[in-house]
Formats: sequence, C-alpha cells, structure tokens
Amino acid sequence: MSRSIPFAFFATALAISSAAFGLSDNRSALMAQEKSSAAEVKIDNFSFAPTTLTVSPGATVTWTNRDDIPHTVVSTDDPKIFKSKVLDTGENFSFTFSKIGTYAYFCSLHPKMTGKVVVQ
Amino acid sequence: MSNKKIDELLHDHNHDGVNRRGFLKCMAWAGTGALCVMKGGVLNAYSLSRISEIPAKESAGELSFAQISDSHMGFNKAANPDVAGTLQIAVNKINALTASPEFILHTGDITHLSKSEEFDAVEQILKGANPKDVFYVPGEHDVLNDDGKQFLERYGKASSGAGWYSFDKKGVHFVGLVNVMNLKAGGLGTLGHDQLAWLERDVRHLKHSTPIVVFAHIPLWSVYPEWGWGTEDSAQALSYLKNFGSVTVLNGHIHQTMQRVEGNVTFHTAASTAFPQPQPGKADSPGPMKVPAEQLKGVLGITDVSYVQGQHALAVVDSSLA
Repeated sequence: MSRSIPFAFFATALAISSAAFGLSDNRSALMAQEKSSAAEVKIDNFSFAPTTLTVSPGATVTWTNRDDIPHTVVSTDDPKIFKSKVLDTGENFSFTFSKIGTYAYFCSLHPKMTGKVVVQ
Repeated sequence: MSNKKIDELLHDHNHDGVNRRGFLKCMAWAGTGALCVMKGGVLNAYSLSRISEIPAKESAGELSFAQISDSHMGFNKAANPDVAGTLQIAVNKINALTASPEFILHTGDITHLSKSEEFDAVEQILKGANPKDVFYVPGEHDVLNDDGKQFLERYGKASSGAGWYSFDKKGVHFVGLVNVMNLKAGGLGTLGHDQLAWLERDVRHLKHSTPIVVFAHIPLWSVYPEWGWGTEDSAQALSYLKNFGSVTVLNGHIHQTMQRVEGNVTFHTAASTAFPQPQPGKADSPGPMKVPAEQLKGVLGITDVSYVQGQHALAVVDSSLA
C-alpha cells in the first residue's frame, strides 16, 4: 500500500505534466494527437507519405517536415483552400477539413511533390 | 601537357566551322581546370595550370565574368553546416583569378528561406569580391512567403514583371529570366506568357551577330523532368534566339555542373557554393548530398566565363573550391 501511493502520485504528476505540455503546444497539434495517426502526413525524401490520406469530415491533418530541405503544403484548387508558410525541418502545418471532398495539394518549391486528402 | 594541337575539323554537319566534338571534349575537361578558347571557330584548350605560359593575347578575352549559384544562405544541415564559409571561399577563388571578372552573375537560391538576414549575409560576403557589380535572378528559395516581393525590392529595380531584365556589356547582351514563380503542381519551371512576350521584344532588333547570354535559375533544357529539372516553356524562349550566332545559357538549381550544346546554344549549369546534389536518377530524391567533409570543397564551385570579340562561343570554365 505504501509502495503504490508514491506510484500513483508519480503517475498523476506525469499525467498533469503531460497535459500541461499538451496545452502549451499548438492547439491543432494537440487535436491531432487525440485522433489516430492516420491524420498525419510525413514529408520526407521529397514526398508526402501517405500520398493519399483518407479522413472523416472534421479531421485535422498535420503535415510534418522530416526532410533536410524546406517544403510547403499548398492546395491546388483555385482559389487555394489552404497554404502553409515554408516549413523547415521539424516544422509542421495543420488544417481541419470540414467538408467532404478530394483536396489535391503540392509543394510550391518542388512542384513534382503532390498529394491529396480525401474527406469522406 | 604542352599546348594541344588544335582538333581537326571533322564532320562539319552545320557548315559553320564550329568543331563541336572539340568543344564537347573541352567542356568535359572544364571541370578539371581547362580553359577553352574559340578562335575563328576552332577550339584551343589550355590547361589552367599552364596558363601563365600562354601569351596573354592568345588566351585573353575581352569580357569575363563569374557565375556563382545556390548559396542557400541559412542552410545548416549535415551536407554543409557552414554555407557562409564556403561562399567566402568562392569569393576568395574569384578574387584569385588572374584576369579579374568584371561582374558576377548569381543564378539564384541566394537564400535558403527568403529571410532578410540571409539576403543581408550574402550581400555582405559578396562586398568582399573584387567585381563590385552582382546581377541576380531568384531561385524558388528566394521567393517564399511573399511572392517574391522582398527579392524585387532588393534586386528588381531595373526589372519588369517578376524580375526579368536585360543589359549589355561590351557588345554582349545579357538576359536575366525568372522561372521559379507560379509553379504548378506536377510541373517544371515556367517562364509564362508575359515574360516570353517581353523576351521576344527585347531581342527582336538585335543584330544576329550579338552574343547572347541568358541566365535563369532552373535549367532551360530538360535535364531530368522527374526531379523538376527543366522549364516547360523554354523551347519558346529559345525559338526567339535561334537566329543568333552565339547563345550561352547559364543556370543553377541542380547543384552540379552540366553542359550541353544544341545547335547555336551552349547550356551550362553551375555547381552550388553550399552543397551538392545527386546526379539525375542516382538517388531517390534530389536532396542535399552528404560527402565526406574533406571532399566537400571539391564538389562546390564557381564558373568563369570569357568572351573574345568575333569568336563563336564564350569560354566557360568551372573550378571547384578545393
């Protein structure tokens, strides 16, 4: 009994500090953590992975640049539905997709890099 | 290597006296330090290490300038943690040339992230170069976040549209083009209708004997479309130049030297002063290529270009920073 109390205290302390950490993060990144990992797109080796990501309406997609060169995430629709600023290594961009549809995008620095988000 | 005998003129298909095989062979030597000079359409090659032994009249040009490219100020990853240092070495290399270039062409990706302090840092380093005039064209890394506004404010005073312009030096006509704006998904570099119309007007009344130098960031020939290494409407631009006897196209973007001769046009891409990239298809993607630290300077470089009045083509010489 005496052993479990410190553990409980530790676990609670850990939970509180994690939540605190989460709150100090970008809010949409926190939302992404609550969703499944399928709402993430990794940018690496001049490609978006997965190239096609399927999510439900209301999902927030977070693109994270793991490449050693900057990239952008830009909607190909006209007018553009979303457009990130330039993302250096380690930076991310999030967008919440509320409407059903197919959203094609590309990297405006390296236009051969394309991907799409399918909302259904 | 003593003064090489001039190559025999073989198979003069184009009937213009230009020894293309000799020229191409010379282009291959250029990376190891050869100076190729056209005299009356015939190519002479001189090893750079023996250049002092050649009478100055024979190897001198009437106009010479340097090309640097892809300085990527702000890049700090493993492929080169000190791009300011290697840019400084490139400037030292330019300053060590016996015939000081009159000016410098920078074919873009001056900065890595279009940041103000990155532009400032490059300008500061280039202030130490003997040639005081620098002419820039933007790379895609120079027009981020603001559609190229900052680039135009700094370097676009004499330009039109997204920053294209032309100028003349000693009878040679220079054209700076911008092919990194409004890139379309899945596409290549693009010049666009307005710029092409401007180019057509710009060269329309020039004598066909005027040597032309076109400089732009992304290659104006199809180097490797899979990696975006090409410009979708460059053929139209080149069509306006087809009657000129000497056209030299200088590009950057691919971070390695490459050359091609097509009719009256010599295409040349410069090495980066920051980091190398893989050869077409030799890697999964065209990203920064890590080489052992002691080899880095050997894969970065500058380009020295000379023009001798009356000769067919400009002499283009690459040297590494090693």
